[in-house]
Amino acid sequence: MLTRLAGLLLTLLVASVVIYGALYLAPGDPSTLLAGNKATPRTLESIREQWHLDDPFYERYWAWLSGAVRGDLGESFTYKQSVGSLISDRIGTTTLLIAYAFALVLVGGVLLGIVGALRPRAGAGITAVSSVGIAVPSYVAAIVLITVFAVELGWFPVFGDGTGFLDRLWHLTLPAIALALAWNAYVAQLTKAAVHEESLRDHVATARSRGVAEGAIVRRHIVRNALIPITTVLGITIAGLVAGTVVIEQSFNLNGIGSLLVQATSSKDFALVQGISLLLVTIFVVVNVGVDLLNAALDPRLRTERRP
Amino acid sequence: MSGALPIERVIPPGAARRRLRGRDPLLAGCVVVIAALVLMALLAPLIAPHDPDASDILAANEGSSLSHPLGTDSVGRDILSRIIHGARLSLLGPALVVVAATVGGVAVALVTAWRGGRVDTVASRVLDILFAFPGLIFAILAVAMFGTGLVAPVIALSIAYLPYIARVIRSAAIRERALPYVEACQVAGMSPLRICWRHLLPNLLPYVAVQAAVSFGYALVDLSALSYLGLGVQPPSAEWGRMVADGQAAILNGNPEASLYAGMAIVVTVLAFNLLADRLVRRTAQ
Repeated sequence: MLTRLAGLLLTLLVASVVIYGALYLAPGDPSTLLAGNKATPRTLESIREQWHLDDPFYERYWAWLSGAVRGDLGESFTYKQSVGSLISDRIGTTTLLIAYAFALVLVGGVLLGIVGALRPRAGAGITAVSSVGIAVPSYVAAIVLITVFAVELGWFPVFGDGTGFLDRLWHLTLPAIALALAWNAYVAQLTKAAVHEESLRDHVATARSRGVAEGAIVRRHIVRNALIPITTVLGITIAGLVAGTVVIEQSFNLNGIGSLLVQATSSKDFALVQGISLLLVTIFVVVNVGVDLLNAALDPRLRTERRP
Repeated sequence: MSGALPIERVIPPGAARRRLRGRDPLLAGCVVVIAALVLMALLAPLIAPHDPDASDILAANEGSSLSHPLGTDSVGRDILSRIIHGARLSLLGPALVVVAATVGGVAVALVTAWRGGRVDTVASRVLDILFAFPGLIFAILAVAMFGTGLVAPVIALSIAYLPYIARVIRSAAIRERALPYVEACQVAGMSPLRICWRHLLPNLLPYVAVQAAVSFGYALVDLSALSYLGLGVQPPSAEWGRMVADGQAAILNGNPEASLYAGMAIVVTVLAFNLLADRLVRRTAQ
């Protein structure tokens, strides 16, 4: 448990050094990278001071990191606004999109996987469909959905994030489906494999021979034991959805932090790129550790057994 | 040396070929599709019916015809020719990523499996940290540093994919290293480098092939996503991800062909590599 947390901190520390150090590995003067090409000498001067660019590397890094922990990530030169407020304005849309997509995976992927494992005939079909589903990148799914449901049928809006909760959900439906599609297929396949493996165990056969009701066998003996690989996969899914929003927000012109990262990258707005990357990597790492902890809670063996 | 050979787990080449031909049409199908895609990329200028960059505003958004089998895009370029030429950049990037990540990953795996102990512990920790970087975000960071194009994302993705390959090959290499023939080679006085190169590596090749095939699909999805976002291959170069993005505006006018066909090319390629990996896993497991 403690080693997990220490590993978490170490990983975050290294990640932050890489993200911060990228500024100095990039060709060109860091102050120009932070202030943009058209900055006046005066702005450059204030940037050098604000970012402690004349100090040694570890002091600069420390100033940046301690600022980041307090939520101060510097200022974006394209927006003339603090990176923190730019992110907090947009994080709602991104979070809602990820949550929506995750809910779809949770219901669709896990359920399809369980059904596929227990009903062999449905299973073959689910395997075939999910093999294709995994191969469809989110942005390809997006253009197909836009073509069919937004343009041809006109059921959903083509672009934008909408106002008010229900309107937002309606606007985010196609993006969430596009984002969730490949992960749905992936989770369905792995859930199916995990449940299938559990269903072949001796204790399941024993329970069946003793006349335990089939529903109880599935719930208490099969799915319960398959939960550990399933949570691991769901953790990978959340992490993948976080990275995936970067692409899908662009497809649907959503105003979230993913599309903000893409804009910042094309305009070389370094402070903004660093801030968003740091946030995304932090979410990524925290989710990974969260999955480990959840698995330990689900499986008592993992708590007592010492890991090699 | 000669005493070591009979203990090796060698599948007779004839037996493997027979199994492939007799029992796995899906595997054969994947190989055919992939070979066709590679040929298409190599021979693009010879087989493409039109110049992929020649636009003709008067012939924009045409449906399929004899002259343009897949129609034309919003500036009148032949979609089929762009997809054929697009195969070059679309497949080159992932190929480079797979080669770099596989060579690096296998090297790390062999060194850590062979040396064990502290080298293994330290390397595993470093790999754990690398796992924290989602490939796509890492590639975007690289683009922010070095600018758009294929070079920065290819390097970034090679680094991001390395730990996945290293981890799988490492555990296979540790199992392989424990087999008696390795000790026999050592007793026979072979150097570790020679044992790894001549005996371990050939026996690990099925695992390496599976990882390479899986990585190719993912690298293609990630690289064409970057081009789709406008951070990778720049217009007017033909590349599938770029083509999906370029055609997106025309979807609203009811002309989704350019985007859809390019997207289909990506899906077919990724599917072929994924299924190939799937079938290879089944064969190594037998």
